[in-house]
Amino acid sequence: MRRVVVTGLGMVTPLACGVEESWSRLIAGQSGVGPITRFDASRVATTYAAEIPFGDGTDGTFNPDDWMDPKERRKVDDFILYGMAAATQAVKDSGWEPKTDEDRERTGVMIGSGIGGLSAIADTAVLLQEKGPRRVSPFFIPSALINLVSGQVSIRFGFKGPNHAVVTACSTGAHAIGDAARLIQWGDADVMVAGGAESPISEIGIAGFNACKALSTKRGNDPQSASRPWDADRDGFVMGEGAGIVILEEYEHARARGAKIYAEVLGYGMSGDAYHITAPSEDGEGGYRSMAAALKRAGLSPADVDYINAHGTSTMADTIELGAVERLLGAAAAATTMSSTKSSIGHLLGAAGAVEAIFCVLSLRDQVAPPTLNLDTPPEGVRIDLAPKAARQREIAVALSNSFGFGGTNATLVMGRGDR
Amino acid sequence: MSDIADRVKKIVVEHLGVEEDKVIESASFIDDLGADSLDTVELVMAFEEEFGIEIPDDAAETIQTFGDAVKFIQEAA
Repeated sequence: MRRVVVTGLGMVTPLACGVEESWSRLIAGQSGVGPITRFDASRVATTYAAEIPFGDGTDGTFNPDDWMDPKERRKVDDFILYGMAAATQAVKDSGWEPKTDEDRERTGVMIGSGIGGLSAIADTAVLLQEKGPRRVSPFFIPSALINLVSGQVSIRFGFKGPNHAVVTACSTGAHAIGDAARLIQWGDADVMVAGGAESPISEIGIAGFNACKALSTKRGNDPQSASRPWDADRDGFVMGEGAGIVILEEYEHARARGAKIYAEVLGYGMSGDAYHITAPSEDGEGGYRSMAAALKRAGLSPADVDYINAHGTSTMADTIELGAVERLLGAAAAATTMSSTKSSIGHLLGAAGAVEAIFCVLSLRDQVAPPTLNLDTPPEGVRIDLAPKAARQREIAVALSNSFGFGGTNATLVMGRGDR
Repeated sequence: MSDIADRVKKIVVEHLGVEEDKVIESASFIDDLGADSLDTVELVMAFEEEFGIEIPDDAAETIQTFGDAVKFIQEAA
């Protein structure tokens, strides 16, 4: 089977625009959570979220003008803007510039989203009601469709290979990277732009997740303490937004052009819970099977895993994942570190798995596990190191990232160092 | 230039992201100002909104240039 490596990274997160800026703030223990500014949140139960820091583009702020011109921006919802920004960073970082038709046809795009253009749909529904169908923009549909991140990216860079989009709720980003790696392994492409993008911080988005009882509501007086995976006082997840994109490349292709190789995708596993629309089963057997499948593909045993980036959303399900991980690792749990970076950036839904896969790549590069913020009271009897409050310098040869989504859809990525 | 022409020009500049001096009477939205077919649909909707008029689809198809738009609106408004 052809080997697949990671040769480019791009991200826009609530910590910063840019990979290195987001990563350094993550390791330093900063939080991207604050009061909602994107809309008037006075009518919804949750008044805080992890918003991207908009600004003039300096000091890690996100300036939309740097990534799409205003004329094009009017035709896309924010999730596409974030995806374009992260994809543009990743392509530049990889140095991959196809010069021939064949190279362009061997380069594909697989960027997903959990919900897509939720704001565009909500705003247009109101417009339709108030002004009638003749006022609906010709750009409404292409601004809201989930696969239009992949479409826009392919148009910008001329990538004519497979053009696809994953939609598996909060597992989207991980599935996109795993599926794109499979396309390279099977020979459908040599290079894939893969990841996820999401912009759910709108009144309808918050109201919808509030109705599911999924969001934290009790920490309006101290929003940065709200995302607290595994902590005894957690009360739901904190909504985030952003995008994470990787460039995946066939190993020999990357070597031949002298590309920088960050990491290798060693394994990818999937499973379904067949249990409930929003909750995992109490025994976490779906997540367990997803992890076991990924390790089997990688040809590794559970004891080989050094760092786990947990799904860990700061909901009741955190301890279900923890139980599955401890069962899988057995005695090896004591030597493993697991953290949830959602404690810092909130839950980016369809972008979460991709952003977290990038954090795993960087943990392999820098030999450091990011912290779990706000973990004051860990579960009793926990055997694994949850990296409470401070990053862990440690040897990391293999990193595993979990993503679990509504509908009972699970994905696990296993990655190894680029120099192995 | 008439008030109507100024207002039409402002819409064209905003929607198509072009320099104001490119928007001359003979300028074709598609051939000269970089619009695609969806852009022209949106432009016509913006004219309808700005001037409180209705531009039927068959009439919209005849509006190819900035001059066409100004002329149509002057007659309709």
